Amino acid sequence: MTQNVKKKVKELLESGKIKGFLGLCQKNGHIGPHLFCDPDDLESMVLGDEERPGDSRYPLNKLLIHIARSYPDETFGVLVRGCDERGLKTLYTWNQLNPDKVIPVGVACPQELADACECLRPYPEEFVEGERAEERSSASVTKISGLDVKDRFTSWMKEFARCIKCYGCRDICPMCFCNECSLEAEELIHTGELPPEIPIFHLVRAVHMAGRCIDCGLCNEVCPADIPLRTLYKKVADIIDEEFNYRPGYSEGKSPLNILGSAAEE
Amino acid sequence: MDYRTVPTTCTYCGCGCNFFLEVLDGRIIGTIPSKSGPANQGKLCIKGWHVHQFVQSPERLTRPLLRKNGNLSEVSWDEALDYTASRLKEITSAHGSDSAGFFASAKLTNEENYLIQKFARAAVGTNNVDHCARL
Ligand code: SF4
Ligand code: SF4
Ligand code: SF4
Repeated sequence: MTQNVKKKVKELLESGKIKGFLGLCQKNGHIGPHLFCDPDDLESMVLGDEERPGDSRYPLNKLLIHIARSYPDETFGVLVRGCDERGLKTLYTWNQLNPDKVIPVGVACPQELADACECLRPYPEEFVEGERAEERSSASVTKISGLDVKDRFTSWMKEFARCIKCYGCRDICPMCFCNECSLEAEELIHTGELPPEIPIFHLVRAVHMAGRCIDCGLCNEVCPADIPLRTLYKKVADIIDEEFNYRPGYSEGKSPLNILGSAAEE
Repeated sequence: MDYRTVPTTCTYCGCGCNFFLEVLDGRIIGTIPSKSGPANQGKLCIKGWHVHQFVQSPERLTRPLLRKNGNLSEVSWDEALDYTASRLKEITSAHGSDSAGFFASAKLTNEENYLIQKFARAAVGTNNVDHCARL
C-alpha cells in the first residue's frame, strides 16, 4: 500500500524539489513520524495502519511547522490524508505554513476509517494511493443532539469529570499553534490545580477550535480519559458552518473568526 | 539540517510510556506519544508531555551537590560517592544498620531499583527501603 507514495517521494527527492519528506516510518517496533531525506532510504515508510486503518496517525503538519520555522526557505513534502489537507489549507490562511514551500503527497482513506471518523471528505483533492471512500455524516453529533438540554449537559459533565488535565488534546492538535494558550490563562483557567474546572476548561478549548478544527480526531485518540472531544468539536464546526457558512479546510479563504488586531477594532 | 524523531521511554515514572523526541539540529524541541507504545497507546500524562523541557533545562542538576559549610556546591562523582560511603560506614557503625534508609525511585529502571534494595539489605543490613512517591 505504500508503493505509489514511495515512488512519488523518490521522484521529489531525486529532482531536488524537496529537501525532505515528512511521513511515517516503522522504527524500533513503533510507527512514528519521520523525515525522509534520502531517496534510497524509503524502505521503512508506512502509512500509519498498524492493526486498523489509520490507527497510527500523527500530527505531521504540526511537526512541519516546527521544521519550517527554522528552515523557512526550504521546501518539504508531507504525507496528507483528507483531514491533513484541510489542515494545510487552514494553516496557510493563518500564515503558519507557506503554500509555496509545501508539497503534499495524498492518500485516500479506506471506508472503515471514513466510517470511524464520520468523515465528510475522507480523501485529499489529489492522491496517489487508495480509493475514494464514501463521505459520512456525524452520527455521534446527531445522537447527543437528540437528548434534551438538561440530559445533554449532564452527559457532557459526566464526560468532562474524567479529565486529568494532561493538555494532550491541545499538544497533539495540528491546529493549535498559539504562543500563548488560553488554557493557561489565569483569568480563564486556574492553572496548577487539579482536577480542572468543568465545563469551562473544555468549553474554552471548544470555542477556540471554532473555525480552526479540521476534524482529524487526534485529540480524541490522545485523551487518556476517552472524552469524546471530537463529537464536541464537530458540533462547534456545524454551528460555525450554519452561522457563517464556513468550514475549515472545506471552504476557501479565511475563517470569519480570523480577525486580528486593527480589523477587529474597526 | 538534521531533524530526527527518536523513539524512547519516559523517565518520569515506572509506567514505561513510549514517545518520540523531536530533535532539530541537536536540540530536543518536542515530545510525541507513540501510538504503538504498549503501556500508553498514544497517550501521555502532563509530565510526559513536557519531558523535552526538563532535559535541557538550565535548572536541571547534572552534577552531584554536596553541602559544605551549609552551602550546596558541585563536586565530582568520585568525591560524592567517597563522602557518602564513608559517612554511611560511620553512621551505621555508630548507630546500627537501621539508622540508614534508602530511597529508590520510579525514575529508575527495575534493575536499578533491584540493586538499591539489594544494597540496602545485603550490604548495609537494613529493610529501610522506600520510594520517592511516598516522600
Ligand atoms: S478524518 Fe477523514 S481524512 Fe482524516 S483520517 Fe479520518 S477518514 Fe481519513
Ligand atoms: S479534531 Fe482535535 S486534534 Fe484535530 S484539529 Fe480538531 S481539535 Fe485539533
Ligand atoms: S486530553 Fe482529555 S484528559 Fe487530557 S486535558 Fe484534554 S480532555 Fe482532559
